[in-house]
This record gives sequence, C-alpha cells and structure tokens, in this order.
Amino acid sequence: MLDCAIIGGGPAGLSAGLYATRGGLKNVVMFEKGMPGGQITSSSEIENYPGSPEILSGLDFMASWPEQCMRFGLKHAMDEVTRISKNSDGTFHIALSGGRSETAKSVIVCTGANPKRANFEGETEFFGRGVSTCATCDGFFYKNKEVVALGGGDTALEEALYLSHICSKVYLVHRRDTFRASPSTIEKVKNNPKIELVLNVDVKKAYGDKMGLNGLIVVDKKGNERDIVVPGVFVFVGMNVNNSILKQEDGTFLCDMDDNGNVLVDLSMNTSVKGLFAAGDIRVKASKQVICAAGDGATAGIQALEYVNH
Amino acid sequence: MGKYLELNASNFDSTVAEGVALVDFWAPWCGPCRMIAPVIDELASDFDGKAKICKVNTDEEQDVAIKYGIRSIPTILFFKNGELVDQMIGASSKQGLADKINSLL
Repeated sequence: MLDCAIIGGGPAGLSAGLYATRGGLKNVVMFEKGMPGGQITSSSEIENYPGSPEILSGLDFMASWPEQCMRFGLKHAMDEVTRISKNSDGTFHIALSGGRSETAKSVIVCTGANPKRANFEGETEFFGRGVSTCATCDGFFYKNKEVVALGGGDTALEEALYLSHICSKVYLVHRRDTFRASPSTIEKVKNNPKIELVLNVDVKKAYGDKMGLNGLIVVDKKGNERDIVVPGVFVFVGMNVNNSILKQEDGTFLCDMDDNGNVLVDLSMNTSVKGLFAAGDIRVKASKQVICAAGDGATAGIQALEYVNH
Repeated sequence: MGKYLELNASNFDSTVAEGVALVDFWAPWCGPCRMIAPVIDELASDFDGKAKICKVNTDEEQDVAIKYGIRSIPTILFFKNGELVDQMIGASSKQGLADKINSLL
C-alpha cells in the first residue's frame, strides 16, 4: 500500500513529492510515463521564475528538479495511470495501463494540461505533417521557411518570437485585433520585422498533399479569403486539462469539477473527496505558471502528509 | 542488457530490412523526445533479440528525416522486414509502444 500516489511529473507533481517525502511519508510514488518535467519542457524560454534570473529553455530549467525532488525518497514509476477510483475502505485504486494496479492511502492529481486543437478543416489530417503545437520541437524543420503561428495569447506570441529566430517569416494569425499577452511581449512582436500580423480572421482550412501541409486559407470578417502558402502551422490556442483518469466507469467524475473540467479544490488543494488532492494546471482557477504549479504541489504534499498521519 | 541502435544514412536501410524495428526520430532540444528517452532505453532491454529498437538524431541525420517526411518529433516509425507499417506522433506510453511491437512480432 502506498502512502501517497502522485499522478504526473511536472512542477506540481515533483514539488508535491519533495514536500511529502521530506515531511516523512515513506512510500510515495510519482507516476509519470517518461522522464519528469512536464509541459514546460516544451517552452522556448522561462524568464519569470524568481531566483532564476538567467533565461533558460523549459527543458534546461527543469533539468535539476527531478534529482532534488527525489532526494528524500520519492520513487518514480514509468507507468501510465488509466483511472483512479475510491475503495470502500477509503483507500484509492490506481489502475495502470496493461491491467496492473496499485492501492494508495492518498492521491495527488497533477496531470496538467495539453495543447488544444483549433478545430479547422485539415488540422487532424496534417497533424505531425505540418501542423504542430510545439515550436521548440518542430521549428527546426522549418529553418529559413515561412510558417504560421495561430493564436493571440502569451504562448502564441512568445512562440512566434521564438520561430522568428529560425524561420524566414512568421505570420501571426489571430481571430481578434487585440492580444491577451504581457505588454512587453506584444511590443516585441509588433517590432519584429519577420512577424506579419494577420488579424481579425478565421481559419477556413489547411491544405496539402501526401507529403504534408502546403498552406492555410484564412477568411476575414467580410468574407475575403487569403491563401497563406506555408509548410508549417503552429497552433497555440490554449490548453485542455488532462482529467480523464478521474472519470469513473459510469461516466461521472470521482470528485466535483467545474463546467470546463477543472477539478474544484479549496485553498489546501483538497478536492470534494477526502484524501484526494489536485495541484497545478488541472485545478480550478489555475494561473498556469510553473511557480503556481510548484506552490500547489507543495501545499498538496503537506496536506497529504497531514491526512495520512492523522 | 540490450541497447538501442543509433541509425544514420548508411546503416538505416540494412538495419530495418529484416524483422521488426521501432525507430524513434528525436532531437536533443525536444522536451517530449527527452521525456520518452528512458522508455526507449527500457524497450531496448525488454525486446533484446526480439525487435530492433533504434533512434535517429534528426539534428545530425537530416537526410534520413527528410526521406521519411519527418516534420514533427518525436515521431516513431515501425518497420517489418523493411516495410514501413505504422507510425506514432508525439510522446507515447511504454505500454502503447510495447503493444505495437508485440502486434508486429
């Protein structure tokens, strides 16, 4: 029986594990299907984590976390969790892919989020063959070529700037004429000669052939179409929370959620189910920042420790 | 202990020509690629002598990446006797990859 099962190995899961094990919990396992680090490892740079003034890639920023967070006995299981459910004795059943399972006294869910699709025609057909959600992964394949960055938030603008260093030109395509991003980032985008703003348009479709994507057709509010001939389209239109492991066999969720699928928690990261905690991007009103996820994880780790010991 | 095979332009075709092969196209700067790196290591051990577990560093082997139309990493290609039979894009679980190899053996 595990004292605590932590699901997910991003900043929230790692911090939860650090606090739970350093606080004295003995049998704590973090379930993460591969190397820990989380979504931030796909981010091109991080400059807003106090204490780390050097601008690092997400990958480099997270490099030192696993070693530090596992120093007090946190174990890492390279398993994929498929479902969490509650046993009649108050413990939790952790179902793993391949039909295996574990039992735990407490669970901290830190499964985070993954990039949303924009739902235009051709997006799925050309995903991985021109359509991407990761500029740091795939920007390299478009060296000195023109690409589209789609979206108007912080991520879209930051990644458009990143792509402008690699690509010959970046069309920043957005359905409004205002951005939801920090003023300093907006300024950098507007002053970048390699970024062309294509505003107030909707994406009609992506087209291509058997080799992959060849372009994107957008349409403005008056119905005028524009064909943007590019081999790459990077989609940054927000995130979906990874809440599927909380779904029970009857289709209901294990704990209370909001209408958007975020887990409802109180200030101590308690969910509506005793012994079940949620931390990071999956919880309601998450700021979706590394520092917030780490803080949530620390809080949840401390609370799980309390719960198991009392 | 099996170790994965490093593929390049000169040994790619001959390596995948016989039996079942998994080929992971990756690069050092790619977060999801680094995430599945330990999974690939474990698969290389688990399938030692049964299937070939291979990696292509797309940064160094751009011609191989272009030949297979790789535009997104990680992309994992599955070969059987030299024929490309399936592919998976993005970070997959160990179980998902092992199931795929087993279905080809």
